[in-house]
Amino acid sequence: MIRFRVNGKAARAGGSRLRRLSDVLREDLRLTGTKVGCDAGDCGSCSVLVDGVLVNACTVPLGRLEGSEVTTVEGLADGDTLGSLQRSFLHHGAAQCGICTPGMLMAASALLREHPRPSVRQVEDALGGVLCRCTGYRMIVDAVVAASDFEQLAADPPPGKAVGARVVRVDGIPKLTGTDAFGDDAPPPGALLIRVVRSPHHRARFDIGDVEGYVAAHDGVIAVFVAADVPGRNRFGVIPRFVDQPVFAELETRHRGEPVAMVVGDPESISHLDLDRFPIVWHELEPMMSPDDSLAPGAPVLHQGRHQNVLVRGLVQRGALAEAFAGSDAVIEASYSTPSIEHAYIEPEAGHAKRIGDRLEITVTTQTPHLDRTEIAAIMGLDPEAVIIRPSAVGGGFGSKLDLSVQPFLAIAAWHLDRTVRIVYTRPESMMSTTKRHPSQISVRVGATSDGMLTAMEFSGRFDTGAYASWGPTVANRAPVHAGGPYSYQAYRATTVAVHTNQPPSGAFRGFGVPQSAIAQEGIFDELADALGEDRLDFRIKNALTAGRPTLTGQVFESGVGFKECLEVLRPHWDRALYQSAEFDRSHSRRRQGVGVAGMWYGCGNTGLANPSTIKIGVSPAARVVLFQGAVDIGQGANTVMSQICADALGVEIGVIDQIGADTDTTPDAGKTSASRQTFISGNAVFAASLKLRSVLLTMAQASESGRLEFGAGRVLVYDRGEVVEIDLASLDIDDDGLVVVATGSFDPITTGLDENGQGSPYAIYGFGAQMVELVVDLDLGTVELLKITAAHDVGRAVNPTLVEGQVHGGIAQGIGMALMEEYLPGRSENLHDYLIPTFGDVPEIATILIESDDPLGPYGAKGVGEHTLVATAPAILNAIRHAIGVPVRHLPASPGRVLEAIRSR
Amino acid sequence: MRVRYGSVRYATPTTLAEALELMVEPDMTAIAGGTDFYPGRVGNLQEGPVLDLGGLSELRGIEVSATQIRIGALTTWSEIAGKDLPDGCRALQQAAVTVGGWQIQNAGTIGGNLCNSSPAADGVPPLLVVDAAVDLASTSGVRQMPLQDFLLDYRRTALRPDELLTAVTIPRHGAEGRSWFLKLGSRRYLVISVVMVGARLVAAGDGTITEARVAVGACSPVARRLVALERDLVGVDVEAASAVVDDRHLEMLTPIEDVRASAGYRRDAARVLVQRALDRCAVPA
Repeated sequence: MIRFRVNGKAARAGGSRLRRLSDVLREDLRLTGTKVGCDAGDCGSCSVLVDGVLVNACTVPLGRLEGSEVTTVEGLADGDTLGSLQRSFLHHGAAQCGICTPGMLMAASALLREHPRPSVRQVEDALGGVLCRCTGYRMIVDAVVAASDFEQLAADPPPGKAVGARVVRVDGIPKLTGTDAFGDDAPPPGALLIRVVRSPHHRARFDIGDVEGYVAAHDGVIAVFVAADVPGRNRFGVIPRFVDQPVFAELETRHRGEPVAMVVGDPESISHLDLDRFPIVWHELEPMMSPDDSLAPGAPVLHQGRHQNVLVRGLVQRGALAEAFAGSDAVIEASYSTPSIEHAYIEPEAGHAKRIGDRLEITVTTQTPHLDRTEIAAIMGLDPEAVIIRPSAVGGGFGSKLDLSVQPFLAIAAWHLDRTVRIVYTRPESMMSTTKRHPSQISVRVGATSDGMLTAMEFSGRFDTGAYASWGPTVANRAPVHAGGPYSYQAYRATTVAVHTNQPPSGAFRGFGVPQSAIAQEGIFDELADALGEDRLDFRIKNALTAGRPTLTGQVFESGVGFKECLEVLRPHWDRALYQSAEFDRSHSRRRQGVGVAGMWYGCGNTGLANPSTIKIGVSPAARVVLFQGAVDIGQGANTVMSQICADALGVEIGVIDQIGADTDTTPDAGKTSASRQTFISGNAVFAASLKLRSVLLTMAQASESGRLEFGAGRVLVYDRGEVVEIDLASLDIDDDGLVVVATGSFDPITTGLDENGQGSPYAIYGFGAQMVELVVDLDLGTVELLKITAAHDVGRAVNPTLVEGQVHGGIAQGIGMALMEEYLPGRSENLHDYLIPTFGDVPEIATILIESDDPLGPYGAKGVGEHTLVATAPAILNAIRHAIGVPVRHLPASPGRVLEAIRSR
Repeated sequence: MRVRYGSVRYATPTTLAEALELMVEPDMTAIAGGTDFYPGRVGNLQEGPVLDLGGLSELRGIEVSATQIRIGALTTWSEIAGKDLPDGCRALQQAAVTVGGWQIQNAGTIGGNLCNSSPAADGVPPLLVVDAAVDLASTSGVRQMPLQDFLLDYRRTALRPDELLTAVTIPRHGAEGRSWFLKLGSRRYLVISVVMVGARLVAAGDGTITEARVAVGACSPVARRLVALERDLVGVDVEAASAVVDDRHLEMLTPIEDVRASAGYRRDAARVLVQRALDRCAVPA
């Protein structure tokens, strides 16, 4: 037994002396504020102090701790009373999903002891060992710089003033104290552990050997399950017509990391079992690693019925293309490509499950509990009502946690064994088996007249959809709707194809194919503007889509099109930046400063499909408003935004609202947290439900519509026309949810499907934006240093400006990664030191300009913003690089090697 | 989760003598800072006897004497960065603050970095340019060898299974002059090098170079000194040092293509970094 102290209290732990300190803290001491993101010292989320020294707990052996003093995030606050650093984090929006927050806080607290008033550079150096995928880091820097002088958080806004206020995250405190329970943070005691046996090959056949002998020979192994043990349908998917992914491969694995079996057992015995010794014989097959391979004549077909490995094709066209090109004074064409990109949220997939009679209860990190329920029910051969999905706190999703990962394993093991089970992916497992951003190969041709007006665009995109369908159809359909950008043309034609390969499944990733297409479209715009002698910003302004003009699908908006304003507001910044870059270039010979701009648009919600959300709100006997918040908060802030909308629609203070999470047994389906739809769609459902509830309460008090509600001290008072009426909550019947008054609201935006030419009204609203990038390129090394990003976004109405800015920063950070460094290579970059995501030093100053176009359909005028913020970043960076060096980089990532190659091609 | 590791032997000696006795046992793996040990064992913390060096305080710390600078093998990167050392060791101190993040610098040790022997080990180029040697101890005594002889090949060193690397020594003449370290990657923090360069120049009063050392990492199975360049730099004015560099001087490098960069880029970048490092050596601190 090793004896040490944790947060001032005596602690002890046994077992192997080799155990990681992170494991000891989480499993033995139940201090799960210390997170595990990689177990390899790459992410810093397990940062703790050992004898006052900041270290990664995943690299500290238990055997070394005798007599040590360990400080964890749980030691920073006094109960729920936050320290000044934590309050500063909350105020500055420095915690989004919260999974990296404990590591950030520990590194910051170590720094602040040495330097109570640190500089920005000191903060970056000290926290640079912790990765964050949500925030873009700048708000964390601000929070730490201000921490020592940070006093009190602002009070909540008065009734009716919540929308538009910088309300601090309503679920923020647990994220700052380490008590928020993510997927692996609250497994029931005694749960068995699941480990998954995966294909080491991109494509292989296999024979499983003596499983019974294996179970018998391995102490602690209780069972092994394979494809034959799937009770229902050994297939899942996210789109009913394209359900094609097996829980366990049957004959052939189609990507590296694909599951073939799972081993269930006593955690102590199997958590480090060498799965390479599982009895299986592999017969490696020639893999198809790109669409060039899988479209080649004679290539094997991965899925029966999908001729030539084509999953789907997409088409949007309008106008007479040939004529429009013929009438152009300049026509330019070029090809672009983008690689596979990993979501790299810091929380790996995890959860736990139990069987309750003929029902299954699964707690899991997910973006879409109701879809999970549908799919698990099919896999298990159960009614959907027999499955309960309880989302844990979600440590980042960005689209990948829309697909099933650990859920089927939990369900099958819990069901067959009737035991509580748990699972958590290692970082390599998470990276090799979950979805990616579609790699793309894009050709684009665009024309304009000599006065700088666009004439026509032709776009052809080939998307590598990987081994299974996942969201491939969505990407193939959304991309052509957006690929021309928010601009007006005489004619437009975009075709896409999603092609299967033996890459991991490509799925949803912040933008569903739009970021890829924007790189090509915005990139070629700069070449066209230069060819015409047009200022690149002016060219965009001239051609910008405006209200009253048809979109690429022929839809006409009469208002809520704030794109031109986004571009125009950049004008003074653009002029200043161009002047500074010219000045810089005059005084530097081997470095060049560049400026780039890119516009973007993005439709909120599913593409031309039904898209409903239902929200229930009630009143408890204790006079609390209970919001059944089905819009899963994956860090973006839905819990806070929905509370703000609810508060203002009811006319109450935000503090009287309690939330029930998106548990499928108690909370109505608010739909997926995807497609930037929750603020718009679920926000409208909250608005509708709140108005109904208000109306019911006013009626009960026989008050007029102008009556004012006041919740508090166990009663609801209604003020109207100088009178006060108390609603007697005690006299009302209490329903199954423990509520005395309930109202439900739904919203489903009106859209139409696309016709055979891709014409129609696929989205009820679009968000717009434009970003400007300033950077310096080193002409000898090809390295790029970002100086500043100025982002203007039409968000309709910023329900919570701090949260919106957080989305802008986070989207930009992912856009920077996409532009400059990220490339997922199966078998080669399956960890967070070979797969590079931006660090503290890679995200420059960001200036956010919010344009509030007051959308007529949005709740309080609000639009979605989650994905929009990433779309323009990479093209603006690439355009700035081209401005700096005079030649384009059209293949991503623009790594130093690629940029140097471009410089030399001049 | 709590892990049972069978009957893994986990030894925690408190003296070097004890540790060396234990190293005689077969298959013993020594852990210093743990920052390479654990990343190599994600989801698979395999069995095997382990010797935890953490208790050997005698292998920690930096002694500066009239003849040498002796850095105990367990000295962390943070300790190296924070110590007052001669200008010739500046490259080493610059490297120290680029090894992983602050957490890694607080735990990772100079001895571990050398024994792990990655082609991208940050400590190697700056130690090669100060003519560092390593002390290798076993129950039969201590042998000392130049660092460049210790590093044999990709992840292979001259360390015998029963030996521990106990110290890195830098002769005082090796710490003379001015040195500089440059490391190139695709992001600012947590960088594993695409290329890195250490350089040190000693100049006479008139600026003529009397001794030069240049080493390049991540461009060959082990970091290499550019001996031909070092020779050609002698007698040149420090201000003109970078102009001496030509492609011939980098011919001995054998860069490979990997996830981080192509071979050709590495070669090009190495030359640029060498020139820049030499320029920085010419500028008074």
